Amino acid sequence: MRGVFVRDLRLALRRRADTAAALFFFVIVASLFPLGVGPEPALLRTMAPGVVWVAALLASMLSLGRLFADDHQDGTLEQLLLSVCPLPLIVLAKMAAHWLCSGLALTLVAPLLALQFGLPSSSIGVLALSLLIGTPVLSLIGGIGAALTVGVRGAGVLLSLLVLPLCVPVLIFGAGAVDALAAGLSVGAHYSLLGAMLVLSLFAAPIAAAAALRIALE
Amino acid sequence: MRGTRRLFEGVNAVIQAGQLLRVQGANGAGKTTLLRALCALSCPDRGEVRWNGCTLSSQRDEFHRDLIYIGHAAALKDDLSALENLLSACLLGGQRPATPVLMQALAAAGLRQREHLSARSLSQGQRRRVALARLLLEPAPPLWVLDEPFNALDAVASGWLLGVLTGQLRRGGIVVLTSHQPVAIDPSLSQVTLAL
Repeated sequence: MRGVFVRDLRLALRRRADTAAALFFFVIVASLFPLGVGPEPALLRTMAPGVVWVAALLASMLSLGRLFADDHQDGTLEQLLLSVCPLPLIVLAKMAAHWLCSGLALTLVAPLLALQFGLPSSSIGVLALSLLIGTPVLSLIGGIGAALTVGVRGAGVLLSLLVLPLCVPVLIFGAGAVDALAAGLSVGAHYSLLGAMLVLSLFAAPIAAAAALRIALE
Repeated sequence: MRGTRRLFEGVNAVIQAGQLLRVQGANGAGKTTLLRALCALSCPDRGEVRWNGCTLSSQRDEFHRDLIYIGHAAALKDDLSALENLLSACLLGGQRPATPVLMQALAAAGLRQREHLSARSLSQGQRRRVALARLLLEPAPPLWVLDEPFNALDAVASGWLLGVLTGQLRRGGIVVLTSHQPVAIDPSLSQVTLAL
């Protein structure tokens, strides 16, 4: 399992262009909104959490397509299915490597983007923490979609159609956490729900994705 | 069934230790499909595959430990070197060989001086050698399922592979492969041909 994790990280580092592309997409999309909507500070502050979260979602979708597709294309996916390590653990290792290269990177860059929107530092902190808990869920749920669409023509669009609706709760509670702080309400409830979604997807997503992979490769 | 087409039926064989099973048939007859069914990558519509008397689904992890499957594609990551690819394949198979052992296996497979080149720069024959180098590592699993292993190999490499297969059979292992010609191993070893 650790072998697959290290291998995927090594591959991501060697294909730096692909890995960085999603990050640049995130930055560009989030930066387009203030340009398009106008400079009114109150408006920007209100839309900041939602915009950053949606941009993070879309950027994750970009890189998710490659989670299993590359392996499928060069034949290594079959070898993963024949490993002595249970397939759900291997899938979890791949999802973890994916998160390190996409979700974590997004979380680290998000505070800089939030500055564009004029968010106060306490809100930026909440935004970053909500992304930290929520982006792994995106990698996990997205992994199920990637496994379902392996080898399918037009997989990119289909993956987004499958995964984005499932990620709506994460978006609502992630962006909602920052709004709650702005409204003076307790943020703890949002964190708890995000955490619950993380734990649930940590258990369920690798198993579901493994089953989907076996079906896709039959 | 492949899509809606029935590929073959009535395949019935029992393979003992030390036997070589050669699956032969015209292109598209279903040789690869049969090999994948033997590895539990796909399920036959009717019938079952058993290893050591038990069905595959009841002993998935143990079966995977006993199996090396080398498919039609060399299954290498282009961005990794030959050495890294071989290490990755071994780790998936549950083995943890040290680097000198891997280098020795790659050298034996004819890839001396090329272990650190990225797989992208290797020829088809060299990629197949990297995949086959996995067969040299000890302890060798008892069941080898190889899809067209002699494909893209030159005469020297084919001779080398025959030696490796002979070693496996003499150890009491089983080799299942697809090939259009009979495999030129020692006549004292048992070779069963299955025509699809």
